[in-house]
Amino acid sequence: MNSAISLSLSSASPITVRSYDGAASSSSSSDLFFRNNSAPSQLRFCGLKREAFSGCKSSSNAVLLKQLRQNTKISASLSGNGTPSKGFDYDLVIIGAGVGGHGAALHAVEKGLKTAIIEGDVVGGTCVNRGCVPSKALLAVSGRMRELQNEHHMKSFGLQVAAAGYDRQGVADHAENLATKIRNNLTNSLKSLGVDILAGVGTVVGPQKVKYGKVGGSETVITAKDIIIATGSVPFVPKGVEVDGKTVITSDHALKLETVPEWIVIVGSGYIGLEFSDVYTALGSEVTFVEALDQLMPGFDPEIGKLAQRVLINPRKIDYHTGVFATKITPAKDGKPVTIELIDAKTKEPKDTLEVDAALIATGRAPFTQGLGLENVNVETQRGFIPVDERMRVIDSKGELVPHLYCIGDANGKMMLAHAASAQGISVVEQVSGKDHVLNHLSIPAACFTHPEISMVGLTEPQAREKAEKEGFEIGIAKTSFKANTKALAENEGEGIAKLIYRPDNGEILGVHIFGMHAADLIHEASNAIALGTRVQDIKYAVHAHPTLSEVIDELFKSAKVKNDVSCAVAEPIAV
Amino acid sequence: MSQLLNSSFTPTTPSLRRQCHSLTPRKSTQIQAKIREIFMPALSSTMTEGKIVSWIKSEGDKLSKGESVVVVESDKADMDVETFYDGYLAAIMVEEGGVAAVGSAIALLAETEVEIAQAVSKAKDQGSVSPAAPSQELPVEPKVPDSAPVAAVAKAAEALTASTHPASEGGKRVVASPYAKKLAKELNVDLSGVVGSGPMGRVVAKDVEAAVVASAVAVAEPVMPVTSAPGVESGSVVPFTTMQGAVSRNMVESLGVPTFRVGYTITTDALDALYKKIKSKGVTMTALLAKATALALAKHPVVNSSCRDGKSFTYNSNINVAVAVAIDGGLITPVLQNADKVDIYSLSRKWKELVDKARAKQLQPHEYSTGTFTLSNLGMFGVDRFDAILPPGTGAIMAVGASEPAVVATKDGRIGMKTQMQVNVTADHRVIYGADLAQFLQTLAKIIEDPKDLTF
Repeated sequence: MNSAISLSLSSASPITVRSYDGAASSSSSSDLFFRNNSAPSQLRFCGLKREAFSGCKSSSNAVLLKQLRQNTKISASLSGNGTPSKGFDYDLVIIGAGVGGHGAALHAVEKGLKTAIIEGDVVGGTCVNRGCVPSKALLAVSGRMRELQNEHHMKSFGLQVAAAGYDRQGVADHAENLATKIRNNLTNSLKSLGVDILAGVGTVVGPQKVKYGKVGGSETVITAKDIIIATGSVPFVPKGVEVDGKTVITSDHALKLETVPEWIVIVGSGYIGLEFSDVYTALGSEVTFVEALDQLMPGFDPEIGKLAQRVLINPRKIDYHTGVFATKITPAKDGKPVTIELIDAKTKEPKDTLEVDAALIATGRAPFTQGLGLENVNVETQRGFIPVDERMRVIDSKGELVPHLYCIGDANGKMMLAHAASAQGISVVEQVSGKDHVLNHLSIPAACFTHPEISMVGLTEPQAREKAEKEGFEIGIAKTSFKANTKALAENEGEGIAKLIYRPDNGEILGVHIFGMHAADLIHEASNAIALGTRVQDIKYAVHAHPTLSEVIDELFKSAKVKNDVSCAVAEPIAV
Repeated sequence: MSQLLNSSFTPTTPSLRRQCHSLTPRKSTQIQAKIREIFMPALSSTMTEGKIVSWIKSEGDKLSKGESVVVVESDKADMDVETFYDGYLAAIMVEEGGVAAVGSAIALLAETEVEIAQAVSKAKDQGSVSPAAPSQELPVEPKVPDSAPVAAVAKAAEALTASTHPASEGGKRVVASPYAKKLAKELNVDLSGVVGSGPMGRVVAKDVEAAVVASAVAVAEPVMPVTSAPGVESGSVVPFTTMQGAVSRNMVESLGVPTFRVGYTITTDALDALYKKIKSKGVTMTALLAKATALALAKHPVVNSSCRDGKSFTYNSNINVAVAVAIDGGLITPVLQNADKVDIYSLSRKWKELVDKARAKQLQPHEYSTGTFTLSNLGMFGVDRFDAILPPGTGAIMAVGASEPAVVATKDGRIGMKTQMQVNVTADHRVIYGADLAQFLQTLAKIIEDPKDLTF
C-alpha cells in the first residue's frame, strides 16, 4: 500500500483541486499560464481545499469530498502579501518569474507569506515568452491550415474552400500578441496580490541571503526565510553547432517566425521538434529530422510513437535520419546553404552531409543556473542541474541538504514541464508553511500539440513492464480507438488510439497514453485518477456525456479487466 | 463469404474477436496444405478491405499459435491479428501500407523451415497476378532502375545535363528535398537523373513530377496550334521550361526504341449514331474511343505490354488509356484507369474531371503517369492522318484522325457514302509485332463498327 499512501499525499496538493475560471482552468494543463486570467479572489478556495485534505491518509475520495463540502462554508478571507517573519525582509524570495516561480508566488501569498520574485528578464519565463505559449499560437494556425489544405477532408464534409494561403507576418504577430497578453496577465496577477517584483539578476550570497540588480548597476541585498530557485532553462545547443539566429536557429528564434524556409532540418524529434515540424509543414516547408537515437520520438510510448510516425511523419513532407549525430552545423553564408555533417551515432563514422535552407536545433533544453552564486552555499551543479531531493530541497556538494534553499522547475531537471515547475513550487510553499508535502511526478501529464495531439501520464509500457518485473506483479494493457468514437467520426478525425496500462490485480492505473484529436485535454481524467488514487474498477462507473471524445477514455476504463473487482470507493453515501 | 472461411487469422482485441467468431470458423478448410495462405480477416461486419499497418513478424520468423503477426487497419480500428497455427512466416505478399480485400491472401505460412523456399516461389507466382496486392506507397521490391519507365528517361537526361548542385559532387550525390524523395519513391523515379530546379540546383517535388509527366507525355505532335503565339518575340532564344526540357529529353530517348507503324481505316457511322444517342447523358467521343480501344486491348494483351529492359515483356495488369491533351504551354496525358472495366458513363464523367483538373494544373501524378497505352486525337483540327512518337515506357500509341465522309465501294458492287477515320498505331517492335497490331486493329474496327459492347 506504499503507493496508495504516496498517492493520497500527492492528492493533498492543492494543484489538483485548485479552481480557476477561464478557458484552461486546470492547472495541470500543460499551458499553465492561462490561469492568471482568473481573479485573485478565487484563490481562497485553494486554502480551504488544503484544509480539507490535511491529515487525510485515506485514499477514499468520498471522505475527502465530504470534508471539502463542510469546509467550504467557512470561507477564509485573504488579501495582500503577508508580513515577514522577524529579522527577514521576506518570508519567501523566488528567483525567476517563470511559470514555476509564478505558481509558487501565488500559493505563497495565499499562505500568508510575504513574497518577492526576482526577474532578470521578462515575467513569464520560457513558457510564456519563448515556449509553450507562442508555439500554441503557431500550432493553432498550422492546425487550421492543415485542415483547409486537406481537400479530401473538406470534401468529406461537403465543404468547398478555395486555396488557403497565409501571411507570415500575420501568423508571427498572432504568436507575439498572445505572448504579450499572457505576460501582462501574469504580471498583473502578481501585482494585484502584492508580490514584490524585483527587477534584476538574482544571486544567492549566503544562507537566506540574496542580492539582485541590473548587470553593471547597483545591487541590493535582501534576506528571506526561504529561497526558491526557479531560473528555468535555455535551448541546449550541442557543440559544433553555430547558431546565427537566421538560418541556424533555436526555438527562441523559430517562434518569431521570421522566415518559413523551403527546407529545414530539425535536429531532435522530441516534443519541440515534433511541434515545429507540424507548424513548418503546414506552412509549406519540407522537413528533415535528425535524431541521435535509433527511432523517432524516443520519449513516447513505443506504440504511440509508431502510430504518431504513421500519421505525423510518413504522409507529410518529412524525411529523417536516425541513429546519427549532427557534429557540425554551419549557417548559410556567401551564397552557400546551411551544411550539416552527420556521423553514425555508434561507429562515429561520417554518414552524410546535408545542405538545406535552415536548421532548427531542438535537442532539448539546458538548465539556466550560471551566476546564481551557488558556490556561496557549496552547491555544485550536475551537468548544470541543481541537485534536489524529492521535496525540492537543494543538496550541496557533500550530499547534505542546504537549509531554506529549494529549486523547482527546469533548473532541477526532474521533469522539464511548465506545469510540473508550478506544482513543485506549490509543494515547496506547502512545506515552508509547515506542511510536509511530496509531489507525485507520475501524476503529471505531458502533451505534445501536434495535429492530432499526443498526451501521456505515468509510465510507458516498457517502463511499466520493467517495474512489474522488479516488483513482481502483472500488468494489463487496454486500448481503444478514436475510429469507434461518434464525436471523432463526426469531426472526420478517426485517427488515434488511447492506451491504458494498469494492474489487473488491484486496478491501479500505471499510465495512460493518448494519440488523437484533443488528446491533450483528454488526459486529465487519467492524471486526476492517478493523483487521487482512483482505481479502474471505480472510475469505470463514472458517466460521460454522449457524444463526446471523452468516451474514448470511458471505453478505455471499461475495457480493462480487473481480476479482484473490489471497489475501494464510497464508504458512506454523499448527498448532492 | 467463402473467402472468409479460410482465414487462419483472427483479431486479438476481445470485443471484435467476439464478432469475428461468428464470421470465421476456427478450423481452416486447408488443413492438408503444408503451406497456408494467410488471409485478410474481416475485423468488422462492414469491413471490405483492410490496410496492413505493420508486420509484427518478419519473413522467416517462427510463429506459434496465438501470436500476433500483423496489425491491420479496418474501417473501425487498428487490430493486432494472431495466427491459429504454428509455423514460419514464409512470405509477405502485401507489404506495410498495402491494401487487400477481405479474404485475399496477404502472406504465406509454411509449416516447416524446409517449405519456406517453396512458399516464397508460390508467393512470387501469386504476387504477379494477384490484384489484391497493390501497395501504393511501398513498392514491393525496389525495382532495378532501368526497369522503371521514368528511370530510363532519367538516365538519358543524366548524360545530357550536369547537375549544378554544389553538393552533388559531379552527380555522385543527389540532393533532393524530403518531399521530392517521397514522390520519387512513389512514382519510381530515379533521382540521379532528375535535374533540380530548386535552390542550389536541388531536386524538388515539381522536378520529379515534371520527369514523370515528361515520360508519359512524350508524344510527338505539337498539339498546340502553331499560329504565332502572343508574347513570343521573333528572333529571341527562349530556354525550355522544365516541362519542355523533359519533353525534349523524352523525344531523344525515343530514338532508342525500334518503332514501326500500322494504319487502318475504320467506318464510324454506327459509332456516330451511338454518340448522338447517348451524348445527352454526358458521354464524350474521347471516352467512347478510349473505351473501344480498351476493349480491343483486353483481347490483345501484348499491345498493352511494354519492353522495359530490352529482355522481356512486361504485361500490365490494368488497361490504363492515356489521352494526350494540349494545355497551356505544353501537353499532358490524363489517364483513364481500367478503361476496359469502367462503364462508359463513369468513364465520361472521369474524363471530364481529369480535363478540368488538367486545366487547373491539379492532376495528381497517378492521374497522368500510369498510362499503358496512349491515344492522340487531332481529328478536331481536321487532320486526317498523322504519326505519333512512342512515349518511353509504353508499348504503343494510336494516332486518331478526323472522321470524314468518304465515297466507298461496297462488297455488293454499289457505291455509297460512309463516314471513316484513319488510325495509325506506333509500336515498339521488340514486343509488339506487325501481326499483333493488325489483329488488334481488326478487333478495334469491329468494336467501333458494331459499338453495342461499348455501352454494355
